[in-house]
Amino acid sequence: MKILAVCGMGIGTSVLLKSNAERAARELGLDADVEVADIGTARGAAATADVVLTSGELAAELGDLGVPVVVIDNFVDGTEVRDKLASAVNG
Amino acid sequence: MREPSLSQLLPVDAIVTGIQVDSWRSAIRAAGELLVATGTTTNDYIGQMQSAVDEYGPYIVIAPGLALAHARPSPAVLRTGLSWAGLAEPVEFGHSTNDPVRLVVGLAAVDHDGHSSALSRLARLLADPARLDRLVRATSAQEIHTTITEYESSADE
Repeated sequence: MKILAVCGMGIGTSVLLKSNAERAARELGLDADVEVADIGTARGAAATADVVLTSGELAAELGDLGVPVVVIDNFVDGTEVRDKLASAVNG
Repeated sequence: MREPSLSQLLPVDAIVTGIQVDSWRSAIRAAGELLVATGTTTNDYIGQMQSAVDEYGPYIVIAPGLALAHARPSPAVLRTGLSWAGLAEPVEFGHSTNDPVRLVVGLAAVDHDGHSSALSRLARLLADPARLDRLVRATSAQEIHTTITEYESSADE
């Protein structure tokens, strides 16, 4: 599966999110590729993604992408990332 | 190629505690001035970090009390590096869940991935709320740098 981590610029928040999402996917036993997109390219990149991870503010800006959008409040909280990813994947 | 460590990207000279600021804008300026002082960016980068918040909102407040100020790679970035601005009094960035901010980490990067393992380590360092609280309350740059160095040498990737 493909997980897309979206942030404003693609160097800070999404890099943190990518690393936490990779860790979370490993813990959940998911075979996942995590990619990063900035807000400008997220819509196109989301077309091939299974799940999108982002902040609440950017989620509002992205609107409906046709795939589950998971809102992360605390980007350094591995448990939050893992639990929210698990719920998104398990429907 | 081996990526630089977190303690290399964040030298003790780039860490200041107890900074007095009156707004998110001046909090970002404080973190930016440390990037300038350590030769990481030019002055232009400070405005670029502030503009990022003007444009995208306070999503850079990534955890309770913590903002990761940054802008895109640009000619204003001389090398990849970090700064640490501990605030004397917390300030509001306008974030719905993570305000107020007590620590602004400044990030400048020349590209999108050369710093990812250092940033991941920073994330795990700060993921422990008790440790984050201790670091935010620390009064000496050396103490913070030592904590980071010790964390890094004990963290097994």
